[in-house]
Amino acid sequence: MRKTSLDTLPAEGGLGNEPLLAVDNLHVEFATRAGLVRAVNGVSYSLNPGETVAVLGESGSGKSVTAQAIMGILDMPPARIPQGEVRFRGTDLLKLSEEARTQVRGQRIAMIFQDALSALNPVFTVGWQISEMFRVHRGMSKRDGMKKAVELMDKVRIPAAKQRINDYPHQFSGGMRQRIMIAMSIALDPEVLIADEPTTALDVTVQAQIMELLAELQRESNMGMILITHDLGVVADVADKIAVMYGGRIVENASVHDIYKSPAHPYTKGLLESIPRVDLKGQELYAIKGLPPNLLDMPTGCAFHPRCPYRQDNCVTDVPPLHEISGTRNSACHYWREVLDGDQR
Amino acid sequence: MGRYVIRRLIQAIPVLLGATLFIFAIVFALPGDPVEALAGEKRQDPAILAVIRDQYHLNDPLLVQYWHYITGIVLEGDFGKTFAGVPVTQLLAGKLQVTLNLALVALTLEAVIGVLLGLWAALRRGRATDTAILASTLLLISIPTLVTGFVLQLWLGVWLKQAVGTEIFPIAGATQGLKSYLLPGFVLAGTSIAYLTRLTRTSLVETLRSDYIRTATAKGLSRRRVVGRHGLRNALIPMVTYLGADLGALMGGAVITETIFNLPGIGKQLYDGVYLREQPIVVGIVTILVLVYILANLVVDMLYAVLDPRIRYE
Repeated sequence: MRKTSLDTLPAEGGLGNEPLLAVDNLHVEFATRAGLVRAVNGVSYSLNPGETVAVLGESGSGKSVTAQAIMGILDMPPARIPQGEVRFRGTDLLKLSEEARTQVRGQRIAMIFQDALSALNPVFTVGWQISEMFRVHRGMSKRDGMKKAVELMDKVRIPAAKQRINDYPHQFSGGMRQRIMIAMSIALDPEVLIADEPTTALDVTVQAQIMELLAELQRESNMGMILITHDLGVVADVADKIAVMYGGRIVENASVHDIYKSPAHPYTKGLLESIPRVDLKGQELYAIKGLPPNLLDMPTGCAFHPRCPYRQDNCVTDVPPLHEISGTRNSACHYWREVLDGDQR
Repeated sequence: MGRYVIRRLIQAIPVLLGATLFIFAIVFALPGDPVEALAGEKRQDPAILAVIRDQYHLNDPLLVQYWHYITGIVLEGDFGKTFAGVPVTQLLAGKLQVTLNLALVALTLEAVIGVLLGLWAALRRGRATDTAILASTLLLISIPTLVTGFVLQLWLGVWLKQAVGTEIFPIAGATQGLKSYLLPGFVLAGTSIAYLTRLTRTSLVETLRSDYIRTATAKGLSRRRVVGRHGLRNALIPMVTYLGADLGALMGGAVITETIFNLPGIGKQLYDGVYLREQPIVVGIVTILVLVYILANLVVDMLYAVLDPRIRYE
């Protein structure tokens, strides 16, 4: 293994056209008792500073596993990364030593998780947990770290931050806990923030506040954000690009505008149509037929074919390549033209 | 918290009364006459025996005897006298220290060895080390204290002494300070070490699967810090519970160990007391053991609140 220290990672700017973060043909598999589970099969996407990429997909689509592979927090074994690259400012993180990766984690690429109650340590105060970032990575004293923690809690708009610094996670509401999680993740001004379903466990009104906060923090610091979600409603306001995942692959890759205007993959189309709409009140809500694929026994050809209204014979046999529709847009469907025209279903 | 402690201590009173009455009744029901046992082979004047019986209230019904006993403790701190006329409190004072020393040495060995082995197994989960540790704990649990006691006495006490020429582990008595307690302490702690090892391993393995451990890793902390600070601190809660409750069990288990190693503690005294049917000694020792149990459990419950901030008493 090539040993690269953090110092060899460029501090600012990319190398030429190299994006801030690029996932390239990433594969992740898990060795389980029942057999080999290929959770991620050749996923590629890229992220630029200040940009938000939404990774969309249902449970088991591989979106979270991809994120954990970027962070390097997969349990290996059972997980394995047989091929692919995760380039951060041009350096492949997967080739770094564990020591060097630890330096990247939390400081340059940070992550927030779905359920802040279980993601925060129950036996330490929130101040202790936030200030730990400064104590461990910046060598600050306990007192200075706590001061920084109060500043951060103010920044994510936790009321009476100074009085609450010594409270424990369970003493906060769900939305406040997620704010604490966010404060901890942005503590050291990371360049990339991965948000893994940050609002799933929250009330709808609180969801909007958290998304707004994330967008605001991003504007201030120009960090790139990967937003993992299964909620199309969350995506529309904040994302620049969307990558839709299904069965461990990216099935559609496009700007938010394009996707909402006219999806180019039947799965994306199904997702959009299953959003409840006020003007269709009283009608039956659309649902994609069938169940998500079993990762141990993936369908042949296109993984979506058993549920697809556009299915033809070759969908069962041939895996569709990621067709380029335009410079910024791809679809892994043999019949993307038909889907785009919307002439059939 | 203060009110909680007081409430728990008040709750301990009926437990103590019940436990002492129970043991009082059992000793009362034992066959044979203690006064005649006292006299031994020699035939005594029945008039003298009757006087002694009367003096110790032995002719009264069970509950009356018990009443005399309890009021004596509460009003005068008098746990009664042995048949030889020595106050039980005086008899037990020095012996309690021996047993307490033994139990504390055992508890320390248990905590250190059990936690380290458990930690080691958890971090090597599924590998040879883990399997070896688990198998040896199973072995330790399966062998009775009587066997480990005598075997270790022979191996580490006698053979090792012959092999190296000096005594490293004394095999009897409590005359050489801490050294006297090492071997009996280990024997007494044996099965507890095995249980604590398994508990530590399970608890840590479980903890290391939690979301906050993933968060700690994502914060860019070293593995050592993730396991040592974030993991162990959470895994500690069930371990402390077990250790606390085990202190009482260790003091009770001292009966066998003290007899094997001839340590002059309350365990040995309890054995002799039952043998001679000396009610005040037996009941006195059991009362002390029940008290230790209750206090140890109270301390454990207090520690809960310290270790886990989610637990609050009022």
